[in-house]
Formats: sequence, C-alpha cells, structure tokens
Amino acid sequence: MQQSRTDILKAYRQMRMIREFEERLHIENRSGEIAGFTHLYAGQEAIAVGICEHLTDRDYISSTHRGHGHCIAKGCDPRLMMHEIYGRADGLCKGRGGSMHIADIDKGMLGANGIVGGGPPIAVGAALACQARGDGSVAVSFGGGGSSNQGTVFEAMNMAVVLKLPKIFVFELNGYSEHTGEGYGIGSDLAGRTRGFGLPVFEADGFDYFSVYQAMADALEHVRAGKGPCALIAEATRYFGHFEGDPQNYRAKDEVKTLRETRDALLRFRRKVTEAKLIEAAELDAIDAEIVAFIEDCVTSARKAPAPGAEIMLSDVYADY
Amino acid sequence: MTVKTMREALNDALFQEMRRDPGVIVIGEDVSGGAGGSSGSRDAAGGIFGVTKGLMGEFGDKRVIDTPISESAIIGLANGAALAGMRPVAELMFADFVGVAMDQIYNQMAKFRYMFGGKAKAPIVVRMSMGAGMNAAAQHSQTIYSMLSAVPGLKVVVPSNPADAKGMLAAAIRDDDPVIFLEHKALYSSKGEVPDGEYVAPLHGASLVQSGKDATVVALGRMVSFAGKAAAKLAADGITIDLIDLRSTSPIDEEMILESLSLTGRLVVVDESNPICSIASEIAAIAAEKGFASLRAPVARVTAPHTPVPFARELERMYVPGPDRIEAAIRKAVKGE
Ligand SMILES: Cc1ncc(C[n+]2csc(CCOP(=O)(O)OP(=O)(O)O)c2C)c(N)n1
Ligand SMILES: [Mg+2]
Repeated sequence: MQQSRTDILKAYRQMRMIREFEERLHIENRSGEIAGFTHLYAGQEAIAVGICEHLTDRDYISSTHRGHGHCIAKGCDPRLMMHEIYGRADGLCKGRGGSMHIADIDKGMLGANGIVGGGPPIAVGAALACQARGDGSVAVSFGGGGSSNQGTVFEAMNMAVVLKLPKIFVFELNGYSEHTGEGYGIGSDLAGRTRGFGLPVFEADGFDYFSVYQAMADALEHVRAGKGPCALIAEATRYFGHFEGDPQNYRAKDEVKTLRETRDALLRFRRKVTEAKLIEAAELDAIDAEIVAFIEDCVTSARKAPAPGAEIMLSDVYADY
Repeated sequence: MTVKTMREALNDALFQEMRRDPGVIVIGEDVSGGAGGSSGSRDAAGGIFGVTKGLMGEFGDKRVIDTPISESAIIGLANGAALAGMRPVAELMFADFVGVAMDQIYNQMAKFRYMFGGKAKAPIVVRMSMGAGMNAAAQHSQTIYSMLSAVPGLKVVVPSNPADAKGMLAAAIRDDDPVIFLEHKALYSSKGEVPDGEYVAPLHGASLVQSGKDATVVALGRMVSFAGKAAAKLAADGITIDLIDLRSTSPIDEEMILESLSLTGRLVVVDESNPICSIASEIAAIAAEKGFASLRAPVARVTAPHTPVPFARELERMYVPGPDRIEAAIRKAVKGE
C-alpha cells in the first residue's frame, strides 16, 4: 500500500506528537503537579499511528490504561488531553477522568480504560453498529499482551466471530504486564490461541510504522470484505515504567537504553524515509521543533487553566443532572 | 509493640499465618512479580502496594502464586482450592476489579455453605485496596463494602489502623467463611503501634476509639482518623463524642452503636461510599428501628455524593467526606443548626 508524501509526513507528525507528549509528561510527573496514575505509551508509537492512519472519525477504537498514544493517533486534541491530565475544567473530560479515562466519542475514541480487558467487549458493540450502518466503518480494540488473558477478551473475540463483525483486535506486546513478563501470563502462543478463536492473525513489527501500516491494511481488507473479525499482533516496548514512579525492579538495567538505540520507531522511520529520499531530514527536524514548542505551550496553558468546581462533580451522572 | 505502617502490619500477618498453616496460599497479579522479566528478580513487586513483599523468598512459588490478569479465574482458583481444603488469600489489587470477578464472589463463594446443605466451607480471604485519596479516578477509587455487605454469606471487614490490619487479617485467614478484606489505599503508609509476635484480633465487633457525651459518631476505614480530627476541633468548643470504629460492615456491631446512642441521643455516620444503600443508610436504619426512643436529633449521614469518583484533585477532595464536613455535621446534630 503506497503512501503519499503528505501521508508520510502526517504519520511522522503523529508519532512525534505522541513521543513528545509522553516524554514531557515523564518530566512533568516529577514536579508533583500531575495527580493520579499515568501510564506512558512512549516506545509503542508505531502501533497506534500505523493503525489509526487508516481510520476516520466514523471508525471506532477502544483503548487501555496506556491510552495517550491511541487518543492522539485517533485525533483527540493533544492540548485538551494535556488539560485533562492536569485535571482542568476545560480538559477533554472536564477533569473528571484524567489520564486513564480520556475519551472523545466524536472522534470515534471510545475511551481509555482503567479496567484491563474492559475495552474489547465495548469495541465489539461498536463493530455491531458499524455493521448495521453498512458504511465500511470498523471498530478496533487496543490491548496489551496482559489483557489478552482476560475472560472478557475471550468472550469478545468469540462474540465477534459468531456475529461476523468488522472488528480488529490489536494486541500490543510490550514485554510486560505491570511487574511481570508478558510471556509468563500468556502461557502459550498468543497468535495460535487467537487463531483458535477463529480470528486470522496479522503480525507486524511494532517498532516499524510501515510494517504496522501494511498489516493494518491487510486486516482492513479482511474485515471490509465481510469475512468477520481478525487480530493484529505487534511487539514493541515501553520506554518508561508501568506507571510513572515504577522502580522497574523486573527489568534489566540496560534493556530500554539498548532498545532506544537499536529499534526506536521514530529513528527508524526517519532513517527509512530519508534514505529512500522520500523526505528531507530538514522537514522532519522542522516537525520536531514545531511539536516541542506546541507541547510546551500545552503544558503552559494546562498549568494556567481553571480547576473544576462542585458543579462539574455533581453533573453528568445522568442525562438530566 | 512496634510502630509500623499498615503495609508492614499486613505483611506481618501474612508471614505469621503462612508459617503457621501450610494450607495458606497467596494468589494474585504481581504478588511477587518479576516472572519472565529481564532482571531475573522473583520478588520484583511483592504486590503493587508491597503487602506481599518477601513471601516468595520464604514460601516459594507453590504458595505465592503470580497469576495472569484474569480476576474471574483468580477468585475461581481461590474458591476451588478452598473447597478442596486450602486456605487461599486472593488479592484483587483494586476493589474496583471485583466487577470482573463478581460471579465467583457473589454467586459462588458466598453461597457454597448454604446451598450445599452446610457441608461445604469456603475459608477464603479476598484482599483488595479500596478508597479514594490517590486521584486514581472512577475505576480505581471505589469503596464497595456496601455492595458486598448486602450479600449473605460474605463477611466484610475494613481495618482502620495497623494493629487491626495485622490482627484482623490473621483472624480473617483463620475464619471458616469467605472474608472480603478491604485495605484503604490511603492508609498503607499510616503508622501505629502493632503487637509483636503472634497476634490475632477479633474479626468483627466495633471498637470505641474515644468516648464523649454529645453524639455517637460511627466511622470506618480512613474516615476514622478524619472523624478523630473533627472530634479534636469540637472538643475545643466543649462538644465531645463517642467515636466508634465500625471495623466490620458485615456483620455490623449493632449493640455497641445502640448502647452509645442510648447515652448520647445523637448519631452521625461517616461513610466514604456513595450514599444510596450505603453502610451509613444501614446504620441509620438500625437506629430508626431499634434506637428510635434514644434519638434527640435526626440521624446524619456524611458520605460521598451519588457520583462516580472524580479525578481532579479539587474534585476528589470535595468528593471524600473530610474532617470539615464531619465536624459541621456533628455540630449540626448537637446544636440543631
Ligand atoms: C481488571 C484489571 N485487573 C488488573 C488491573 C491492574 N493493571 C493495570 S495495567 C495492568 C497490566 C496490563 O498489562 P498489558 O495488558 O500487557 O498492558 P501494558 O500495561 O503493558 O500496556 C494491570 C495488571 C486493572 N487495571 N484492571
Ligand atoms: Mg504489556
């Protein structure tokens, strides 16, 4: 599947946006200004972007506790996300949700999720709506390797197969589930298990945008042909702890350093497109600089934004209050 | 006695009971941690709040069992192992995750003894962290004891201090019925005197934290210390209270509450959960039914609002009943204003 220069620049911009957003939050978290649990997505950008670059606002995704990357890739406004993470009244969810519950239904983003395995069944429901609309739209659930062990996910996969829904189950294998290696919990071959449910599996290198993009193209072709759901499995890593503040005792000291140096998704993207003479390095540098400034501005405005008041706590429990 | 955190006190109880009874096993996600990680450590976490730290080293992976993220199967594992003679202590990191495991809790473990003609027992402890205070938002901050206390067959306890944490966890493990053991996450680092050596406290029964004459204040979990703060302020104005730490929400120690009420004539219940069908409601009902003649003022319930737990610091602070709200409620009950 060929991508235009514009597409390629947009994908790079999205990946850089996620990376800068997360790297900056990692720094800001130490200031103590950000409340609650923050799970960073840095290291996995190629997966969210490689998948969401195929989607429009009419397609749906469900996300996880590690949701910032999925949100940005699906078109949520990073500034409003930043305000949300800072718990501001004008944040994307009025400061009620925070990092773990960012959602923007108009963008087809059905929410980050605090419950591991909470998203896939919801995305199956969205896929049902897509099927009913018959407009070729699809639903995608993102989930970590650990989430693949939840009964809710097994049920969702089988339901999607039974109903032949346009649904793609994405599993992002980043090596860990909290403080435990993903391999320990999965217990068998994830792709084989997924096939056992009746889902064809498309595998991708989660460090490589182009690999994910191609796998998603194949997955979409499958579901749009009315053949029912499928899965996309990609390996990557997370650069930071499970949550901000995690001492990472389960991880060898140089693991991340080595991966950053040898497999980093952004460096790889840059090398690929500049070596192929598709894009000038200077164009990418310009995007980098622009995004650094933009995120700086998001943090500044988030700091100054108003705190939510009692009226925000006491409304939207139901339609009428 | 040694001053310890609640986290350390809970850890003491687990060591104590696992040494005492080889049938006691610990099951949960990351209860040791590190399996399959690149550092090689097999005690990388010790539970995400550190409560199960060190157990792996002494008891090994046959008794300290790290599981996949599969709450329904975690509780199922505890249920079956218990029916087959073991004494499992299952951990659901966050009380909110009961949602995933609810069938195994409320249709299965709670009902075995009764449904099976009294021939089965389920000596299980399900430990969970609960409560707001960490800005962990709507799916990681709930209290849930009200909901689970409504289920016949489950016992539900909520320690408020390190000594009880140790003694009640030991008692819960020795108990022959399923016990939901709720640890307030904002209390893990709170400190208090904890008895050294083998220690078991009564699993149920409230405790009188301080006594006074003007009102009976019933609180539980983190709310006990908040009510204590309110009491200190009121004392400066000559208002004194009986402060009762409920400790157990199933069963509830009606006797202590009613006896205190008969002396003070006023009842204020402080409960971090949502107000509808809450423990506060239950205690108000007990007072209305059995203590009506003693009541000189309407029963006051100080609870969270009927909303999910919000994220932002400012919102969570408003959500949780704090010392100021408790103080105002007691003042109103006493002065009628
Ligand atoms: C039902 C449920 N169980 C446990 C947790 C605690 N928890 C949050 S993230 C996580 C690990 C998830 O691992 P994985 O699916 O691999 O995603 P990753 O964190 O690696 O992105 C766990 C156990 C939770 N939030 N919800
Ligand atoms: Mg993972």
